[in-house]
Amino acid sequence: MITISEASETIRMISEANLDVRTITMGINLLDCADSDCAAFCRKIYDKIARRAERLSRVGEDISKEYGVPVINKRVSVTPIAIAAAGCRNCDYVEVARALDGAAEAVGVNFIGGFSALLQKGITPEDRALLHSIPSALAATERVCSSLNLGSTRSGINVDAVNISARAIKDIASMTSDRDSIGCAKFVVFCNAVEDNPFMAGAFHGVGEGESAINVGVSGPGVVKRAIEAARGADFETLCETVKRTAFKITRVGQLVAQEASRRLGVPFGVIDLSLAPTPAIGDSIAEILREMGLEQPGAPGSTAAIAILNDNVKKGGVMASSYVGGLSGAFIPVSEDRGMIEAVRAGALTMEKLEAMTCVCSVGIDMAAIPGDTPADTISGIILDEMAIGMVNGKTTAVRVIPVAGKTVGDTARFGGLLGEAPVMAVNGFGCSAFVGRGGRIPAPIHSFRN
Amino acid sequence: MKGIVTVLGKDSVGIIAKICSYMSDKNVNVLDIAQTIVDGYFNMMMVVDLNASTEPLASMASELETLGRDIGVVVRFQHEDIFSAMHRI
Repeated sequence: MITISEASETIRMISEANLDVRTITMGINLLDCADSDCAAFCRKIYDKIARRAERLSRVGEDISKEYGVPVINKRVSVTPIAIAAAGCRNCDYVEVARALDGAAEAVGVNFIGGFSALLQKGITPEDRALLHSIPSALAATERVCSSLNLGSTRSGINVDAVNISARAIKDIASMTSDRDSIGCAKFVVFCNAVEDNPFMAGAFHGVGEGESAINVGVSGPGVVKRAIEAARGADFETLCETVKRTAFKITRVGQLVAQEASRRLGVPFGVIDLSLAPTPAIGDSIAEILREMGLEQPGAPGSTAAIAILNDNVKKGGVMASSYVGGLSGAFIPVSEDRGMIEAVRAGALTMEKLEAMTCVCSVGIDMAAIPGDTPADTISGIILDEMAIGMVNGKTTAVRVIPVAGKTVGDTARFGGLLGEAPVMAVNGFGCSAFVGRGGRIPAPIHSFRN
Repeated sequence: MKGIVTVLGKDSVGIIAKICSYMSDKNVNVLDIAQTIVDGYFNMMMVVDLNASTEPLASMASELETLGRDIGVVVRFQHEDIFSAMHRI
Protein backbone atom coordinates (compact mmCIF):
# COMPACT_ATOMS: atom_id res chain seq x y z
CA MET A 1 0.00 0.00 0.00
CA ILE A 2 1.20 3.51 -0.82
CA THR A 3 2.13 5.55 2.23
CA ILE A 4 1.03 9.07 2.95
CA SER A 5 4.58 10.40 2.53
CA GLU A 6 4.93 8.73 -0.87
CA ALA A 7 1.61 10.18 -2.00
CA SER A 8 2.69 13.62 -0.78
CA GLU A 9 6.01 13.35 -2.60
CA THR A 10 4.27 12.62 -5.92
CA ILE A 11 1.78 15.43 -5.41
CA ARG A 12 4.50 17.93 -4.51
CA MET A 13 6.39 17.01 -7.68
CA ILE A 14 3.30 17.79 -9.74
CA SER A 15 1.96 20.82 -7.90
CA GLU A 16 5.15 22.54 -6.80
CA ALA A 17 7.90 21.33 -9.12
CA ASN A 18 6.07 21.31 -12.47
CA LEU A 19 6.26 17.55 -13.07
CA ASP A 20 4.40 16.88 -16.26
CA VAL A 21 4.36 14.74 -19.36
CA ARG A 22 5.59 17.14 -21.99
CA THR A 23 4.16 15.40 -25.02
CA ILE A 24 2.32 12.36 -26.28
CA THR A 25 3.34 12.17 -29.91
CA MET A 26 1.65 9.79 -32.31
CA GLY A 27 3.86 8.73 -35.20
CA ILE A 28 1.92 7.95 -38.38
CA ASN A 29 3.24 6.24 -41.51
CA LEU A 30 2.18 8.06 -44.69
CA LEU A 31 3.92 5.84 -47.25
CA ASP A 32 0.64 4.18 -48.22
CA CYS A 33 -0.81 7.58 -49.19
CA ALA A 34 1.45 7.82 -52.27
CA ASP A 35 -0.35 9.14 -55.31
CA SER A 36 0.84 10.61 -58.59
CA ASP A 37 -1.74 13.38 -58.23
CA CYS A 38 -0.78 15.99 -55.64
CA ALA A 39 -4.34 16.93 -54.67
CA ALA A 40 -5.20 13.26 -54.14
CA PHE A 41 -2.07 12.79 -52.04
CA CYS A 42 -3.02 15.79 -49.88
CA ARG A 43 -6.51 14.42 -49.40
CA LYS A 44 -5.17 10.98 -48.45
CA ILE A 45 -2.72 12.29 -45.85
CA TYR A 46 -5.34 14.59 -44.36
CA ASP A 47 -7.82 11.74 -44.07
CA LYS A 48 -5.29 9.32 -42.64
CA ILE A 49 -4.02 11.71 -39.97
CA ALA A 50 -7.54 12.84 -39.09
CA ARG A 51 -8.63 9.21 -38.71
CA ARG A 52 -5.60 7.86 -36.87
CA ALA A 53 -5.19 10.74 -34.43
CA GLU A 54 -8.89 11.49 -34.01
CA ARG A 55 -8.95 10.45 -30.34
CA LEU A 56 -5.38 11.49 -29.45
CA SER A 57 -6.21 14.80 -27.75
CA ARG A 58 -9.19 13.40 -25.90
CA VAL A 59 -7.25 10.40 -24.62
CA GLY A 60 -4.40 12.66 -23.51
CA GLU A 61 -6.81 14.85 -21.56
CA ASP A 62 -8.58 11.86 -20.00
CA ILE A 63 -5.30 10.36 -18.81
CA SER A 64 -4.25 13.72 -17.45
CA LYS A 65 -7.45 14.01 -15.38
CA GLU A 66 -7.51 10.43 -14.12
CA TYR A 67 -3.90 10.29 -13.03
CA GLY A 68 -3.73 13.91 -11.96
CA VAL A 69 -0.60 14.62 -13.98
CA PRO A 70 -0.61 17.35 -16.64
CA VAL A 71 -0.11 16.16 -20.23
CA ILE A 72 0.97 19.40 -21.84
CA ASN A 73 1.09 18.63 -25.56
CA LYS A 74 -0.50 16.16 -27.91
CA ARG A 75 1.33 16.00 -31.22
CA VAL A 76 1.66 14.07 -34.45
CA SER A 77 4.76 13.09 -36.42
CA VAL A 78 4.63 11.69 -39.93
CA THR A 79 6.88 9.98 -42.47
CA PRO A 80 9.37 12.50 -43.91
CA ILE A 81 7.32 14.24 -46.57
CA ALA A 82 10.14 14.23 -49.15
CA ILE A 83 9.83 10.41 -49.11
CA ALA A 84 6.05 10.14 -48.70
CA ALA A 85 5.37 12.62 -51.52
CA ALA A 86 8.04 11.29 -53.86
CA GLY A 87 5.43 9.60 -56.06
CA CYS A 88 3.63 12.90 -56.83
CA ARG A 89 4.20 14.45 -60.22
CA ASN A 90 4.70 18.22 -59.98
CA CYS A 91 4.10 18.11 -56.26
CA ASP A 92 3.17 21.44 -54.66
CA TYR A 93 4.85 21.06 -51.27
CA VAL A 94 3.22 24.18 -49.83
CA GLU A 95 -0.16 22.55 -50.46
CA VAL A 96 1.10 19.39 -48.74
CA ALA A 97 2.11 21.51 -45.75
CA ARG A 98 -1.35 23.09 -45.73
CA ALA A 99 -2.93 19.61 -45.70
CA LEU A 100 -0.75 18.65 -42.71
CA ASP A 101 -1.66 21.90 -40.96
CA GLY A 102 -5.37 21.32 -41.58
CA ALA A 103 -5.18 17.75 -40.29
CA ALA A 104 -3.34 18.92 -37.17
CA GLU A 105 -6.00 21.52 -36.52
CA ALA A 106 -8.77 18.98 -37.10
CA VAL A 107 -7.41 16.59 -34.49
CA GLY A 108 -6.55 19.37 -32.04
CA VAL A 109 -2.75 19.02 -31.85
CA ASN A 110 -0.54 22.10 -31.61
CA PHE A 111 2.31 20.84 -33.80
CA ILE A 112 2.79 18.26 -36.54
CA GLY A 113 6.33 17.22 -37.44
CA GLY A 114 7.68 15.56 -40.54
CA PHE A 115 7.94 18.20 -43.24
CA SER A 116 11.34 16.65 -43.50
CA ALA A 117 14.04 15.18 -45.69
CA LEU A 118 17.03 12.92 -45.05
CA LEU A 119 19.95 14.47 -46.87
CA GLN A 120 23.02 13.10 -45.10
CA LYS A 121 24.49 11.66 -48.27
CA GLY A 122 22.61 13.14 -51.20
CA ILE A 123 19.69 15.19 -52.43
CA THR A 124 16.98 13.69 -54.65
CA PRO A 125 14.90 15.95 -56.94
CA GLU A 126 11.99 15.54 -54.48
CA ASP A 127 14.24 16.52 -51.56
CA ARG A 128 15.30 19.61 -53.49
CA ALA A 129 11.70 20.61 -54.23
CA LEU A 130 10.79 20.21 -50.56
CA LEU A 131 13.87 22.20 -49.49
CA HIS A 132 12.92 25.12 -51.72
CA SER A 133 9.36 25.11 -50.40
CA ILE A 134 10.27 25.16 -46.68
CA PRO A 135 10.26 28.97 -46.14
CA SER A 136 6.90 29.41 -47.90
CA ALA A 137 5.44 26.30 -46.25
CA LEU A 138 6.38 27.45 -42.74
CA ALA A 139 5.11 30.98 -43.41
CA ALA A 140 1.81 29.63 -44.76
CA THR A 141 1.09 27.27 -41.86
CA GLU A 142 0.79 27.46 -38.07
CA ARG A 143 1.46 23.95 -36.84
CA VAL A 144 3.82 22.36 -39.34
CA CYS A 145 7.39 21.69 -38.21
CA SER A 146 10.23 20.95 -40.57
CA SER A 147 13.48 19.09 -39.99
CA LEU A 148 16.40 17.94 -42.10
CA ASN A 149 19.08 15.38 -41.45
CA LEU A 150 22.29 16.82 -42.86
CA GLY A 151 24.86 14.38 -41.63
CA SER A 152 25.53 11.15 -39.82
CA THR A 153 28.42 9.25 -38.28
CA ARG A 154 28.03 6.66 -41.05
CA SER A 155 27.72 9.01 -44.00
CA GLY A 156 29.57 12.19 -43.12
CA ILE A 157 28.14 15.66 -43.64
CA ASN A 158 26.41 16.91 -46.76
CA VAL A 159 27.84 20.44 -46.97
CA ASP A 160 25.67 21.35 -49.97
CA ALA A 161 22.60 20.57 -47.88
CA VAL A 162 24.07 22.59 -44.98
CA ASN A 163 24.43 25.62 -47.27
CA ILE A 164 20.89 25.25 -48.62
CA SER A 165 19.61 24.97 -45.02
CA ALA A 166 21.43 28.12 -43.94
CA ARG A 167 19.85 30.05 -46.80
CA ALA A 168 16.46 28.55 -45.92
CA ILE A 169 16.89 29.80 -42.32
CA LYS A 170 17.56 33.31 -43.63
CA ASP A 171 14.50 33.12 -45.92
CA ILE A 172 12.23 31.80 -43.15
CA ALA A 173 13.44 34.63 -40.91
CA SER A 174 12.62 37.28 -43.47
CA MET A 175 9.25 35.73 -44.39
CA THR A 176 8.19 35.83 -40.74
CA SER A 177 9.96 39.11 -39.92
CA ASP A 178 6.74 40.66 -38.59
CA ARG A 179 6.76 38.12 -35.73
CA ASP A 180 10.44 38.20 -34.74
CA SER A 181 11.22 35.50 -37.34
CA ILE A 182 9.23 32.90 -35.39
CA GLY A 183 9.16 30.60 -38.43
CA CYS A 184 12.75 29.58 -37.60
CA ALA A 185 11.48 28.04 -34.34
CA LYS A 186 9.69 25.45 -36.49
CA PHE A 187 12.79 24.41 -38.41
CA VAL A 188 15.69 22.31 -37.15
CA VAL A 189 18.63 20.58 -38.79
CA PHE A 190 20.24 17.44 -37.41
CA CYS A 191 23.26 15.22 -37.51
CA ASN A 192 22.30 11.61 -36.64
CA ALA A 193 18.56 12.43 -36.50
CA VAL A 194 16.51 9.83 -34.63
CA GLU A 195 13.41 8.21 -36.09
CA ASP A 196 11.28 8.17 -32.95
CA ASN A 197 11.81 11.61 -31.42
CA PRO A 198 8.55 12.91 -29.89
CA PHE A 199 9.79 16.49 -29.47
CA MET A 200 9.29 19.33 -31.93
CA ALA A 201 10.50 20.78 -34.17
CA GLY A 202 12.49 17.64 -34.99
CA ALA A 203 9.88 14.89 -34.72
CA PHE A 204 9.27 12.67 -37.73
CA HIS A 205 8.08 9.08 -38.10
CA GLY A 206 11.09 7.25 -39.52
CA VAL A 207 10.85 4.79 -42.38
CA GLY A 208 12.11 2.04 -40.10
CA GLU A 209 9.08 2.51 -37.85
CA GLY A 210 5.82 0.62 -38.03
CA GLU A 211 2.41 1.85 -39.14
CA SER A 212 1.93 3.96 -36.04
CA ALA A 213 3.51 4.44 -32.61
CA ILE A 214 3.01 6.35 -29.38
CA ASN A 215 6.17 8.11 -28.23
CA VAL A 216 6.15 10.04 -25.00
CA GLY A 217 8.43 12.84 -23.89
CA VAL A 218 8.66 13.28 -20.14
CA SER A 219 9.87 16.36 -18.40
CA GLY A 220 10.70 17.61 -14.95
CA PRO A 221 13.71 19.89 -14.56
CA GLY A 222 11.91 21.42 -11.57
CA VAL A 223 11.72 18.03 -9.85
CA VAL A 224 15.44 17.41 -10.34
CA LYS A 225 16.23 20.89 -9.03
CA ARG A 226 14.12 20.31 -5.90
CA ALA A 227 15.74 16.95 -5.30
CA ILE A 228 19.31 18.22 -5.50
CA GLU A 229 18.49 21.11 -3.15
CA ALA A 230 18.56 18.41 -0.51
CA ALA A 231 22.07 17.43 -1.62
CA ARG A 232 23.55 20.93 -1.33
CA GLY A 233 27.25 20.74 -0.49
CA ALA A 234 27.34 16.95 -0.88
CA ASP A 235 29.96 15.27 -3.07
CA PHE A 236 29.47 14.23 -6.70
CA GLU A 237 28.53 10.66 -5.84
CA THR A 238 25.56 11.94 -3.82
CA LEU A 239 24.67 14.48 -6.49
CA CYS A 240 24.66 11.84 -9.25
CA GLU A 241 22.66 9.37 -7.18
CA THR A 242 20.06 12.05 -6.46
CA VAL A 243 19.63 12.90 -10.15
CA LYS A 244 19.42 9.20 -11.02
CA ARG A 245 16.74 8.40 -8.45
CA THR A 246 14.69 11.42 -9.48
CA ALA A 247 14.96 10.57 -13.18
CA PHE A 248 13.73 7.07 -12.38
CA LYS A 249 10.59 8.41 -10.69
CA ILE A 250 9.85 10.93 -13.43
CA THR A 251 10.27 8.31 -16.12
CA ARG A 252 7.96 5.85 -14.38
CA VAL A 253 5.19 8.42 -14.74
CA GLY A 254 6.00 8.77 -18.44
CA GLN A 255 6.00 5.01 -18.88
CA LEU A 256 2.60 4.72 -17.20
CA VAL A 257 1.11 7.47 -19.38
CA ALA A 258 2.66 6.00 -22.53
CA GLN A 259 1.33 2.51 -21.86
CA GLU A 260 -2.10 3.82 -21.02
CA ALA A 261 -2.24 6.03 -24.13
CA SER A 262 -1.05 3.13 -26.25
CA ARG A 263 -3.73 0.81 -24.81
CA ARG A 264 -6.58 3.29 -25.16
CA LEU A 265 -5.63 4.33 -28.69
CA GLY A 266 -4.85 0.80 -29.87
CA VAL A 267 -1.47 2.00 -31.13
CA PRO A 268 1.80 0.28 -30.16
CA PHE A 269 4.00 1.95 -27.55
CA GLY A 270 7.17 3.20 -29.22
CA VAL A 271 9.58 4.83 -26.80
CA ILE A 272 9.93 7.13 -23.84
CA ASP A 273 12.18 10.07 -24.52
CA LEU A 274 14.03 10.79 -21.29
CA SER A 275 14.75 14.41 -22.04
CA LEU A 276 14.52 17.02 -19.32
CA ALA A 277 12.72 19.70 -21.31
CA PRO A 278 12.47 23.13 -19.71
CA THR A 279 9.74 25.74 -20.23
CA PRO A 280 9.78 29.49 -19.61
CA ALA A 281 7.82 28.87 -16.36
CA ILE A 282 9.58 29.68 -13.09
CA GLY A 283 11.08 26.54 -11.57
CA ASP A 284 11.04 24.58 -14.84
CA SER A 285 14.59 25.32 -15.86
CA ILE A 286 17.80 23.43 -16.66
CA ALA A 287 19.74 26.59 -15.80
CA GLU A 288 18.36 26.49 -12.25
CA ILE A 289 19.67 22.91 -11.91
CA LEU A 290 23.13 24.10 -12.93
CA ARG A 291 22.94 26.90 -10.36
CA GLU A 292 21.79 24.48 -7.69
CA MET A 293 24.77 22.27 -8.57
CA GLY A 294 26.97 25.21 -7.63
CA LEU A 295 27.55 27.33 -10.73
CA GLU A 296 26.95 31.06 -10.44
CA GLN A 297 25.49 31.10 -13.95
CA PRO A 298 25.20 28.60 -16.81
CA GLY A 299 28.16 29.30 -19.03
CA ALA A 300 30.57 29.63 -16.12
CA PRO A 301 33.60 27.29 -16.15
CA GLY A 302 32.29 23.89 -15.03
CA SER A 303 29.08 24.19 -17.07
CA THR A 304 30.04 21.52 -19.58
CA ALA A 305 30.85 19.09 -16.77
CA ALA A 306 27.56 19.93 -15.05
CA ILE A 307 25.56 19.21 -18.22
CA ALA A 308 27.51 15.97 -18.73
CA ILE A 309 26.63 14.81 -15.20
CA LEU A 310 23.00 15.75 -15.62
CA ASN A 311 22.66 14.11 -19.03
CA ASP A 312 24.34 10.87 -18.02
CA ASN A 313 22.45 10.42 -14.76
CA VAL A 314 19.07 11.23 -16.30
CA LYS A 315 19.75 8.37 -18.71
CA LYS A 316 21.02 6.00 -16.04
CA GLY A 317 17.96 6.58 -13.87
CA GLY A 318 15.47 6.61 -16.72
CA VAL A 319 16.60 3.53 -18.59
CA MET A 320 15.55 1.17 -15.83
CA ALA A 321 12.18 2.88 -15.47
CA SER A 322 11.03 2.25 -19.02
CA SER A 323 10.82 -0.80 -21.23
CA TYR A 324 11.83 1.17 -24.34
CA VAL A 325 13.91 4.30 -24.25
CA GLY A 326 14.65 6.27 -27.39
CA GLY A 327 14.25 9.62 -29.03
CA LEU A 328 16.82 12.17 -27.96
CA SER A 329 16.91 11.32 -24.23
CA GLY A 330 19.04 13.71 -22.22
CA ALA A 331 19.13 17.32 -21.15
CA PHE A 332 17.81 19.96 -23.51
CA ILE A 333 19.38 23.38 -23.28
CA PRO A 334 17.19 25.62 -25.43
CA VAL A 335 17.87 29.27 -24.71
CA SER A 336 14.51 30.95 -25.25
CA GLU A 337 12.49 28.24 -23.50
CA ASP A 338 14.44 28.42 -20.26
CA ARG A 339 14.19 31.50 -18.05
CA GLY A 340 17.54 30.80 -16.40
CA MET A 341 19.35 30.48 -19.74
CA ILE A 342 17.86 33.80 -20.85
CA GLU A 343 19.19 35.43 -17.66
CA ALA A 344 22.60 33.87 -18.23
CA VAL A 345 22.77 35.32 -21.75
CA ARG A 346 21.70 38.76 -20.47
CA ALA A 347 24.32 38.58 -17.72
CA GLY A 348 27.00 37.86 -20.32
CA ALA A 349 27.71 34.44 -18.80
CA LEU A 350 26.50 32.31 -21.68
CA THR A 351 27.96 32.84 -25.15
CA MET A 352 27.41 30.94 -28.39
CA GLU A 353 30.84 29.36 -28.03
CA LYS A 354 30.14 28.02 -24.52
CA LEU A 355 26.70 26.88 -25.62
CA GLU A 356 28.37 24.92 -28.42
CA ALA A 357 30.78 23.33 -25.94
CA MET A 358 27.86 22.30 -23.71
CA THR A 359 26.13 20.67 -26.69
CA CYS A 360 29.02 18.21 -26.95
CA VAL A 361 27.59 16.46 -23.89
CA CYS A 362 23.89 17.40 -23.94
CA SER A 363 21.29 15.53 -25.90
CA VAL A 364 20.60 17.92 -28.72
CA GLY A 365 22.46 21.04 -29.72
CA ILE A 366 22.23 24.77 -30.24
CA ASP A 367 18.53 25.19 -29.70
CA MET A 368 16.29 28.25 -29.84
CA ALA A 369 19.19 30.66 -29.86
CA ALA A 370 18.43 34.10 -31.33
CA ILE A 371 21.27 35.62 -33.36
CA PRO A 372 21.53 39.00 -35.14
CA GLY A 373 19.23 39.31 -38.16
CA ASP A 374 22.12 40.40 -40.35
CA THR A 375 24.18 37.25 -39.68
CA PRO A 376 25.32 36.10 -43.16
CA ALA A 377 24.05 32.74 -44.47
CA ASP A 378 27.66 31.52 -44.72
CA THR A 379 28.18 32.17 -41.01
CA ILE A 380 25.02 30.19 -40.24
CA SER A 381 26.45 27.39 -42.44
CA GLY A 382 29.60 27.53 -40.31
CA ILE A 383 27.59 27.28 -37.07
CA ILE A 384 25.67 24.31 -38.48
CA LEU A 385 28.84 22.61 -39.75
CA ASP A 386 30.51 22.89 -36.34
CA GLU A 387 27.51 21.36 -34.62
CA MET A 388 27.18 18.60 -37.24
CA ALA A 389 30.88 17.80 -36.80
CA ILE A 390 30.39 17.36 -33.05
CA GLY A 391 27.56 14.90 -33.73
CA MET A 392 29.36 13.04 -36.50
CA VAL A 393 32.62 12.52 -34.64
CA ASN A 394 31.04 11.68 -31.29
CA GLY A 395 28.34 9.39 -32.71
CA LYS A 396 25.56 11.41 -31.11
CA THR A 397 22.59 13.44 -32.23
CA THR A 398 23.23 17.14 -32.57
CA ALA A 399 20.98 19.84 -33.93
CA VAL A 400 20.81 23.51 -34.75
CA ARG A 401 17.74 25.69 -34.36
CA VAL A 402 18.88 29.28 -34.57
CA ILE A 403 16.75 32.33 -35.24
CA PRO A 404 18.42 35.21 -37.10
CA VAL A 405 15.87 37.74 -35.86
CA ALA A 406 15.03 40.15 -38.66
CA GLY A 407 15.85 43.75 -37.79
CA LYS A 408 17.31 42.91 -34.39
CA THR A 409 20.82 42.75 -33.06
CA VAL A 410 22.81 42.05 -29.89
CA GLY A 411 21.07 43.71 -26.93
CA ASP A 412 17.59 43.27 -28.44
CA THR A 413 15.13 40.56 -27.41
CA ALA A 414 13.04 38.38 -29.71
CA ARG A 415 9.62 37.55 -28.26
CA PHE A 416 7.85 34.40 -29.46
CA GLY A 417 5.30 33.82 -26.69
CA GLY A 418 3.95 30.61 -25.17
CA LEU A 419 6.25 27.62 -24.74
CA LEU A 420 8.74 29.17 -27.18
CA GLY A 421 9.43 32.04 -24.77
CA GLU A 422 11.74 34.93 -25.55
CA ALA A 423 15.39 35.17 -26.46
CA PRO A 424 18.03 37.85 -26.07
CA VAL A 425 19.94 38.12 -29.32
CA MET A 426 23.36 36.49 -28.87
CA ALA A 427 26.58 37.69 -30.44
CA VAL A 428 28.02 35.58 -33.24
CA ASN A 429 31.73 35.50 -34.06
CA GLY A 430 32.06 38.00 -36.90
CA PHE A 431 35.06 36.47 -38.65
CA GLY A 432 34.20 34.95 -42.01
CA CYS A 433 34.09 31.31 -43.15
CA SER A 434 32.67 31.80 -46.67
CA ALA A 435 35.60 30.28 -48.51
CA PHE A 436 35.43 27.24 -46.21
CA VAL A 437 31.70 26.48 -46.40
CA GLY A 438 31.67 27.57 -50.08
CA ARG A 439 33.78 24.54 -50.99
CA GLY A 440 30.55 22.52 -51.01
CA GLY A 441 30.36 18.76 -51.55
CA ARG A 442 30.49 16.23 -48.75
CA ILE A 443 32.67 15.78 -45.71
CA PRO A 444 33.61 12.07 -45.66
CA ALA A 445 32.52 9.87 -42.77
CA PRO A 446 34.96 9.74 -39.87
CA ILE A 447 37.22 6.72 -39.45
CA HIS A 448 35.17 5.22 -36.61
CA SER A 449 32.19 4.73 -38.93
CA PHE A 450 33.98 1.63 -40.27
CA ARG A 451 32.93 -0.79 -37.57
CA ASN A 452 31.93 -3.75 -39.68
CA MET B 1 -9.44 -0.34 -9.56
CA LYS B 2 -8.32 1.83 -6.68
CA GLY B 3 -8.20 5.58 -6.35
CA ILE B 4 -6.30 7.75 -3.91
CA VAL B 5 -7.80 10.86 -2.37
CA THR B 6 -5.40 13.33 -0.82
CA VAL B 7 -6.45 16.33 1.20
CA LEU B 8 -4.22 19.19 2.22
CA GLY B 9 -5.28 22.35 4.04
CA LYS B 10 -6.15 24.04 7.30
CA ASP B 11 -7.81 21.67 9.75
CA SER B 12 -11.51 22.16 10.42
CA VAL B 13 -14.52 20.18 11.60
CA GLY B 14 -15.97 17.57 9.27
CA ILE B 15 -13.42 17.31 6.45
CA ILE B 16 -13.32 13.50 6.49
CA ALA B 17 -17.07 13.33 7.06
CA LYS B 18 -17.84 15.38 3.95
CA ILE B 19 -15.48 13.37 1.76
CA CYS B 20 -16.75 10.04 3.12
CA SER B 21 -20.34 11.02 2.57
CA TYR B 22 -19.49 11.99 -1.05
CA MET B 23 -17.85 8.56 -1.49
CA SER B 24 -20.86 6.83 -0.04
CA ASP B 25 -23.18 8.67 -2.48
CA LYS B 26 -21.08 7.37 -5.36
CA ASN B 27 -21.02 3.81 -4.05
CA VAL B 28 -17.28 3.99 -3.43
CA ASN B 29 -15.85 1.88 -0.63
CA VAL B 30 -13.19 3.42 1.62
CA LEU B 31 -10.36 0.92 2.20
CA ASP B 32 -7.87 2.89 4.26
CA ILE B 33 -7.39 6.32 5.76
CA ALA B 34 -4.15 7.87 7.03
CA GLN B 35 -3.85 11.37 8.35
CA THR B 36 -1.41 13.72 10.04
CA ILE B 37 -1.88 17.19 11.45
CA VAL B 38 1.21 19.37 11.68
CA ASP B 39 0.87 22.93 13.00
CA GLY B 40 -2.87 22.99 12.30
CA TYR B 41 -2.37 21.74 8.74
CA PHE B 42 -4.36 18.72 7.79
CA ASN B 43 -2.77 16.08 5.52
CA MET B 44 -4.95 13.09 4.72
CA MET B 45 -4.74 10.18 2.31
CA MET B 46 -7.63 7.85 1.61
CA VAL B 47 -7.49 4.68 -0.49
CA VAL B 48 -10.81 3.82 -2.09
CA ASP B 49 -12.21 0.94 -4.13
CA LEU B 50 -13.86 2.14 -7.34
CA ASN B 51 -15.08 -1.22 -8.66
CA ALA B 52 -18.71 -0.67 -7.68
CA SER B 53 -18.80 2.98 -8.67
CA THR B 54 -20.58 4.00 -11.85
CA GLU B 55 -19.10 7.48 -12.03
CA PRO B 56 -15.93 7.99 -14.15
CA LEU B 57 -12.83 8.81 -12.10
CA ALA B 58 -12.18 12.06 -14.02
CA SER B 59 -15.55 13.58 -13.20
CA MET B 60 -15.30 12.53 -9.54
CA ALA B 61 -11.89 14.20 -9.44
CA SER B 62 -13.32 17.52 -10.57
CA GLU B 63 -16.32 17.25 -8.22
CA LEU B 64 -14.05 16.51 -5.28
CA GLU B 65 -11.85 19.45 -6.22
CA THR B 66 -14.93 21.71 -6.02
CA LEU B 67 -16.02 20.11 -2.75
CA GLY B 68 -12.57 20.79 -1.33
CA ARG B 69 -12.65 24.41 -2.43
CA ASP B 70 -15.99 24.86 -0.62
CA ILE B 71 -14.49 23.70 2.66
CA GLY B 72 -11.18 25.47 2.19
CA VAL B 73 -8.86 22.53 1.51
CA VAL B 74 -7.17 21.12 -1.60
CA VAL B 75 -8.61 17.73 -2.55
CA ARG B 76 -7.05 15.60 -5.26
CA PHE B 77 -8.41 12.32 -6.55
CA GLN B 78 -6.09 10.22 -8.70
CA HIS B 79 -5.79 6.71 -10.04
CA GLU B 80 -3.63 4.65 -7.67
CA ASP B 81 -1.26 3.64 -10.49
CA ILE B 82 0.41 7.06 -10.66
CA PHE B 83 1.72 6.47 -7.13
CA SER B 84 2.55 2.80 -7.45
CA ALA B 85 4.36 3.40 -10.76
CA MET B 86 6.57 5.99 -9.10
CA HIS B 87 7.22 4.31 -5.76
CA ARG B 88 7.09 0.56 -6.43
CA ILE B 89 9.31 -1.46 -8.73
